[in-house]
Amino acid sequence: MNLPLVGAPHDRLDGPAKVTGRATYAADFSPAGLVHAVMVTSEIGNGRIVRIDDAETRRQDGVLAVLTHENARRMHPEGHGFAFALMLLQDDRIRYDRQPIAVVVAESFEQATYAASLLRTTYESEPPITRIEDSADRYTPEEIFDEPADVTRGNPDRAFAGAPVQFKATYSTPVEHHNPIEPSATIAEWEGERLTVHDSTQGVTNARKRLATVFGIPVSNVRVISPFLGGGFGCKGAVWSHVALAAMAARAVGRPVKLVLTRPQMFGSIGYRPRTIQSIALGADRDGRLSCIMHDVLSQTSTFDEFVEPSALVTKMLYAAKNVRTTHTLARVNAATPTFMRAPGEATGSFALESAMDELAYAVDIDPIELRLRNYAERDQSENKPFSSKSLRECYRIGAEKFGWSERDPKPRSMRNGRMLVGMGMATATYPTNRAAASAVVRMNEDGSVVVRSGTQDLGTGSYTVYAQVAAETLDIPIERVRLELGDTDLPPAPLSAGSMTAASVGSAVYEAASALRERLRKGEKAPIEARADAKPQEHERYSKHAFGAQFVRVEVDPDLGEVRVRRMVGAFAAGRILNAKTARSQYLGGMLWGIGMALHEVTRFDERTARIVTANLADYLVPVHADAPDMEAYIVEEEDPHVNPIGVKGIGEIGITGVAAAIANAVYHATGIRVRDLPIACEKLLR
Amino acid sequence: MKPFRYARARDPQEAVQMVAVDAAASFVAGGTTVLDLMKDDVERPSLLVDINGVAGRAIVRAGDEIAIAALARMSDVADDPEIAKHAPMVANALLQSASPQLRNMASIGGNLMQRTRCSYFRDIVAPCNKRRRGDGCSAIGGENRRHAIFGGSESCICVHASDLAVALAAADATIHTNGPGGTRAIQVSDFYLLPRDTPNVETALHHAELISSVTLSLDPALANSTYVKVRDRAQYEFALVSVAAGMEIVGGTIRAARIALGGVAPIPWRVPEAEAALVGRPATAASYREAAEIALAGARGCGGNDFKVALAANAVVRALEQIGSAA
Repeated sequence: MNLPLVGAPHDRLDGPAKVTGRATYAADFSPAGLVHAVMVTSEIGNGRIVRIDDAETRRQDGVLAVLTHENARRMHPEGHGFAFALMLLQDDRIRYDRQPIAVVVAESFEQATYAASLLRTTYESEPPITRIEDSADRYTPEEIFDEPADVTRGNPDRAFAGAPVQFKATYSTPVEHHNPIEPSATIAEWEGERLTVHDSTQGVTNARKRLATVFGIPVSNVRVISPFLGGGFGCKGAVWSHVALAAMAARAVGRPVKLVLTRPQMFGSIGYRPRTIQSIALGADRDGRLSCIMHDVLSQTSTFDEFVEPSALVTKMLYAAKNVRTTHTLARVNAATPTFMRAPGEATGSFALESAMDELAYAVDIDPIELRLRNYAERDQSENKPFSSKSLRECYRIGAEKFGWSERDPKPRSMRNGRMLVGMGMATATYPTNRAAASAVVRMNEDGSVVVRSGTQDLGTGSYTVYAQVAAETLDIPIERVRLELGDTDLPPAPLSAGSMTAASVGSAVYEAASALRERLRKGEKAPIEARADAKPQEHERYSKHAFGAQFVRVEVDPDLGEVRVRRMVGAFAAGRILNAKTARSQYLGGMLWGIGMALHEVTRFDERTARIVTANLADYLVPVHADAPDMEAYIVEEEDPHVNPIGVKGIGEIGITGVAAAIANAVYHATGIRVRDLPIACEKLLR
Repeated sequence: MKPFRYARARDPQEAVQMVAVDAAASFVAGGTTVLDLMKDDVERPSLLVDINGVAGRAIVRAGDEIAIAALARMSDVADDPEIAKHAPMVANALLQSASPQLRNMASIGGNLMQRTRCSYFRDIVAPCNKRRRGDGCSAIGGENRRHAIFGGSESCICVHASDLAVALAAADATIHTNGPGGTRAIQVSDFYLLPRDTPNVETALHHAELISSVTLSLDPALANSTYVKVRDRAQYEFALVSVAAGMEIVGGTIRAARIALGGVAPIPWRVPEAEAALVGRPATAASYREAAEIALAGARGCGGNDFKVALAANAVVRALEQIGSAA
């Protein structure tokens, strides 16, 4: 494939529509007769509803319906796999804080909001358990992403016992919430037994199936539309309760209903990154060569459903070691069900593993990059397969060079900028290359214009632009002649935009459809003409497929006030072919910046007496602001991978955050001599 | 949000009258705090009286005094060259507050009237004596990393949110008001009230009493002053702890000192004993550390905020060092 347009830093084709307000997000549609629903959520985290008094609510102007567990239709809210169990007002049980307990529908949003505030609910509370440390309800999940929860190769216990250098430590990460700038929003409309939903979703195809199941109607009766998203990051992956509640409300009032979550409700029923406690044991010789790695993960799930934060998956393959054990245990707590959040598993797991590698580097007195090179995995030992490609050495080399790693004096507290302690840290980044079946149709009209149609969606990552690049280049036409239609279940089906797999999956389908069209044009067929591709990954993979990178961070720490500020970040990433250097860079930088939040700011705090989240707003739940953004550089390390998929891309949406928290914690240790193993690295942890 | 009426007042007297006749009426200027509280159902006014047209936004220097109109925006005051020169701790406090967008909207009077960021206060589900006396204080025994180490009571351990108020407390500023009973001048030290068993009463203002201006009396300790704010992220966050400090230093000896702490008490926390301990002492690190220890002598954490005692002491030292070396 020779595609010079592909890879070019093309401006976003949807940019003008977004900055002029013409891009229509889920809540921007106004079907005739639209009314407004407001979700009411529980005030306690464990117990039951004794009574909901809706008399005052029903008396208000404009109120059309009040749905509660006393009048809601019987639904099919059960969970299975990643279709998480929904709270659709089916019983009086309160399982977590901010669980939906009622929906108020009114003519206007203001009327619905005020009427909802007048609902009076009486509860019977039971003492909750919010911390995994306190939960006795623990178990080993049957599987994680189709893999066993516990995996052992060699004999890690024996290897550890015999290792000249033994290192053990426990790391923990808190509950974090996604908080995309666009809150989740749904507009639902029924015509008889047919349901149309405008939803802010990472998967229209997926949402369609789930809604059909929940309402017990044929899949073909449901249409889901999602042309633009203001970010998802995992919290818009599964269908959550509010989507079905909007459709229930629409059915109850016989009119289209809009339901938009409030910011506090974005901390409620749409998933989150669960808390983890991770024990790492490394056995090595005095030269730092690992003989054994053990990584045991305890993470939380809800009392009624399962999500496993797969923190130790990365540990199975990242370094060469004959003896490796990884385990995952779940603890049930009184909280909502967790879900995928940008680099689920890799973000939390790399904090533990890459912090531990830094600690080992100090223990054996070897440069952290050198330590990683000595344990470089030439093949994937967990799957016993070669990598389809791996350019991690180049990432270390280029990252170190651009960052100026050689200026680092490894001794803790050895570098200063005036009063401030300076620290330099690094870590490895990695993310698996996933792919799923995807379909696309490419059509050429008589005037030579081209339409690309696929039921994928653009989370804000640049899908509209990169698939136009692929189609234009394959057909050898100017990109201006290509138009995309995405985000609608009337289009050919495409997978969930998750697992950094959209470019590999949909990009391959667009490429194959455009190639087929080009071939038919070459043979003399004339426009109008269209070609469809149903692209699928191979069933038996010969290769292990991963993207890799290296993160470098410089921090300054105030020795008296404990404030940590990141001053510089350099990331070097090798992820196969890059479709658009500009949108790719944005993906990398966005991930790295979020890593600052994970390392220093983000934590969802619970009141342990009530299981109530006390940080359910953006004043109490901190994310980095502009002033926290340092000088940042993301380098694209050239990599050609002929095996990974037809267009040679590995996916870039999530790798940017991986390793960052560890790189920052490592830099903080270098600056201060204080090792923080519990995120976030708040100032009180650095006061001596 | 509860439905409410909205009206514009033409002058201060009209504004005061409009609010005076309705016990549930409130003033609104920039709206950056009251609208949030209304959306959270913490405040449910029946009537908002818009005071933006009732007076100017001037900042006027007359002799040894600067008068700041209550309707001046935070950004007006932060950018004012006279304030920057004669009362840098005031400008510094403002520039480290909120965001540029909020500073362009929020008025000085409104800033002084902003309410605590205690997350239990702002979540109407949680018991809070400030919202309803007798309900209890959820922060005691709860999540209290951001709460008070001074001045709390069994009914409330919140901290005051305003950076500006801390600087004005250290500056001995005067708040001038217009009310149904005429005009008043209130020292900042008398303006904010400790919670005791009435945490719902936060200031000396009566219903319908409107802040008209704030005056600063200039002196050398105010001219050599700073504001240190410690927080988790670089900007747009309320203080974990903060310190407004000023010193007059002559020939290496401290002649006068002004110190107030923020983020540590339900009101801006002036520390006169620490100030007194500095006077007559050499401007050295040892003097600053001693003053810091005196300043924090009575502090007591309540679990999640125990770290604030040491942190605030270090912040006091940092602030004094900054102006000690600048002098």
